[in-house]
Amino acid sequence: MAESTGTATADMIVGDGDDGVRRRDFINIAAVSFAGIGGAATLFPLISQMAPSADVLAESSTELDTGAIAPGQAIKAIFRKQPLFVRRLTAAELAEANAVGLDDLRDPQTLADRTKEGHGDVLVTMGVCTHLGCVPLGAAEGENKGEYGGYFCPCHGSHYDTAGRIRKGPAPTNLEVPEYEFTSDSVIRVG
Amino acid sequence: MSFSWARQYEPQTGVTKWLDERLPLPRLVYNAVGAGYPVPRNLNYMWNFGVLAGFFLVLQIITGVVLAMHYASDATVAFAKVEHIMRDVNWGWLMRYMHANGASFFFIVIYLHIFRGFFYSSYKAPREMIWLLGVVIFLLMMATAFMGYVLPWGQMSFWGAKVITGLFGAIPVVGEPLQVWLLGGFAPDDAALNRFFSLHFLLPFVIAGVVILHIWALHIPGSSNPTGVEVKKESDTVPFHPYYTAKDGFGLGVVLIVFAIMVFFLPNMLGHPDNYIEANPLSTPALIVPEWYFYPFYAILRAFTFDFFFVPAKLLGVIAMFASILIWFILPWLDKSPVRSGHYRPLFRIFFWILMADMALLFYLGGAHAEEPYIMLSQLATAYYFLHFLVILPIISQIEKPRPLPYSITEAVLGKDEQAAGNKPAETSA
Amino acid sequence: MIRLISILAGLGFAIAALWSFGKGAYVVMTEGMGEQSAEYALHEKVRGPEGGFSFEGPVGNWDRQQLQRGYQVYKEVCSACHSLNYVAFRNLAELGYDEGQVKAEAASWQVPGIDPNTGEATSRPGLPTDKFPSPYPNSVAAAAANNNAIPPDLSLMTKARKDGSNYLYALLVGYGEPDPAKLAEYPEFETPTGLYFNKYFPNVNIAMAPPLTADGQVTYSDGTEATISQMSKDVAAFLTWTAEPTMVKRKQTGWPVLGFLLFATILAWLSKKQIWSSVKPRKED
Repeated sequence: MAESTGTATADMIVGDGDDGVRRRDFINIAAVSFAGIGGAATLFPLISQMAPSADVLAESSTELDTGAIAPGQAIKAIFRKQPLFVRRLTAAELAEANAVGLDDLRDPQTLADRTKEGHGDVLVTMGVCTHLGCVPLGAAEGENKGEYGGYFCPCHGSHYDTAGRIRKGPAPTNLEVPEYEFTSDSVIRVG
Repeated sequence: MSFSWARQYEPQTGVTKWLDERLPLPRLVYNAVGAGYPVPRNLNYMWNFGVLAGFFLVLQIITGVVLAMHYASDATVAFAKVEHIMRDVNWGWLMRYMHANGASFFFIVIYLHIFRGFFYSSYKAPREMIWLLGVVIFLLMMATAFMGYVLPWGQMSFWGAKVITGLFGAIPVVGEPLQVWLLGGFAPDDAALNRFFSLHFLLPFVIAGVVILHIWALHIPGSSNPTGVEVKKESDTVPFHPYYTAKDGFGLGVVLIVFAIMVFFLPNMLGHPDNYIEANPLSTPALIVPEWYFYPFYAILRAFTFDFFFVPAKLLGVIAMFASILIWFILPWLDKSPVRSGHYRPLFRIFFWILMADMALLFYLGGAHAEEPYIMLSQLATAYYFLHFLVILPIISQIEKPRPLPYSITEAVLGKDEQAAGNKPAETSA
Repeated sequence: MIRLISILAGLGFAIAALWSFGKGAYVVMTEGMGEQSAEYALHEKVRGPEGGFSFEGPVGNWDRQQLQRGYQVYKEVCSACHSLNYVAFRNLAELGYDEGQVKAEAASWQVPGIDPNTGEATSRPGLPTDKFPSPYPNSVAAAAANNNAIPPDLSLMTKARKDGSNYLYALLVGYGEPDPAKLAEYPEFETPTGLYFNKYFPNVNIAMAPPLTADGQVTYSDGTEATISQMSKDVAAFLTWTAEPTMVKRKQTGWPVLGFLLFATILAWLSKKQIWSSVKPRKED
């Protein structure tokens, strides 16, 4: 009709403002909101695709046998693509670790806190320095064990004692003990 | 922009004022797809496909970047990596199916966009540059899609790469060295796969750049419209926002419903089962065909089965295939009818629908086995395709008598326009 | 000028295409369309028997009992020759096995391993994270053991064939003798030695010996009668699952997405209608 020939302006649909949201505005607001919800919902798969995939998660438990480790020896294994140190402490190392007073420690933990009952001489830690993630030395024969006879991180000079506790250097916390359990007398399952 | 009544962007808050004086990005958006862009008020739903094509380009880039995070372009693991995406990556199957079907939908909306351009002669002055850039986008899309299809390294990927690069082998003298150079070897392998991946990642961003030019060129004369009569005054237009944002939003919803049906319920319908078999250089699939969106051009390629005098059939097919798209570049100068819209061109309209039927036939034949009667049909369809653009269009634009045009868009929409009284046939006299 | 050149070029392309058409038509008229081969005639192109699978259709779901039976058929019959490279034992949890059963199942397979003391190649019981092992160490061994026809990997078989689940089922029950009526037209036809006639195989002569030959070839623990048809159906279902373990999840995700889109589109339509109502002229009655 000729009456509606006039210029269409956006004001016509924005509404008058003072008399609040009217029914026809409500439809527009609802439509835009739904588009927004849809857009936000699509973000979910886009973000979660970067989380570990099923095959990576499936690899995230490691079983290994500690039976063959002689006192004073350590083995390196791989847990979640990171080094895992498993060490059987000698009597001297046990004594040394237990002799330290908790007040002297940056991150106070006893050796018993860090091992499993009945297997107090098996120390399972991540081989990842808690400073910036280098692999500390001391697990293999002949490597520098640091001033406290445990592990030594060459990157920035963190010294760990025989219980894997931080004693000197920049690292803030003890070497992490991952979740693990003994599934038999000698076999542990990490993760 | 070109219309004096286009609304001006006025920053409301301190922050937007501050931004407007330093980087007037909101102003740019306002003028490009906001209330500052006056658009003919009579656009029909065929005008939705430009925005939809833009949507699918963005979707392809997003899903493609995601897939690239989990893929590896090494011939020994590429196929397994795609299966890794399908099975183990969180929502990987959704990303891949969206990307694969997104490519098809990108082509669906692009074809409709192009056919819209054919019917309403959107390529005519002063919009030639928009059209030329559009053809460039289409060519880039074809290159991107072809290389993307190689990446899963299935049987169709491998043989598609071999056959398509083999086209270049048809070029006299330099053909064979050129093919070896393109592949980086004597058959598709690591070298080809790696370069295809690299280019497949790059080209979409080139497309995005050309799209910006395409839109820029569009905003110089403004959008065309179904009457083909240029905008004369303010009552011929409405602001892009909210009118066409709302209309495009609805169109997008409809297309997304169809897209979702494909992705979630028929994700492999447009693909080939053979591509779920890992590439095997020792065994050719029974039927090698490209993806459906290449069918018309593949049909033209295969139509030339006999040497024509001194030109070998293989070379002729390759030339015809490339020419079938390249002739679109000169379309604005072939069709010289002063009337744009097919609605007012009785003769043109008949041939337009014959062309659509011809294209539909070529789509069908491109996917068919290379046997009779399909070959003979594709030869007839190919002949018409070239006759239509190169012979029929130039001739009918000379001999056709167009129907009278409305004085203005306003008149076309409302049935009358006060200003039109007395000077009605102004546009048809040409 | 450009139009004159274009008309000439257009006529050139058209004549070249019609030239091929003419010569092709001449060949067809003088020599005919070529005779169809016996293989072509004997191939059952109509859709074979259908498995009636629970996962078909937009709301289909896996029948876990059937998948477990199909897995048993794969394990006891198919796995002698066919690998399942893209499937890991851990995936069997989706068939309804619990963690302990998955571990036990994995351990019942031997996978290639390395002797931790000597580094020599050896085999060890599988872990849930391992993929199904190949029956042959490499493709040469597979070809040598199978008359040069390498048994294909089955992980993706149902996706690698048109209507793959039903195709596989039809193929497994399609062995036998050619239809005598049709065979009478092709007296020359003979299945070559070492191949087997199967009317649903595109070339009718398949290198795979009939794998399921007798009812009760496997013993189902759930009491289902193991007829050839039942075993074929079950293994086709299992291999559909291996080809796309996410299929059911995909369909189940699709419904809410579709519902949302439908609702959002209706809103968009109402919004569009409302916005345009101020400029659209009402139709005159």
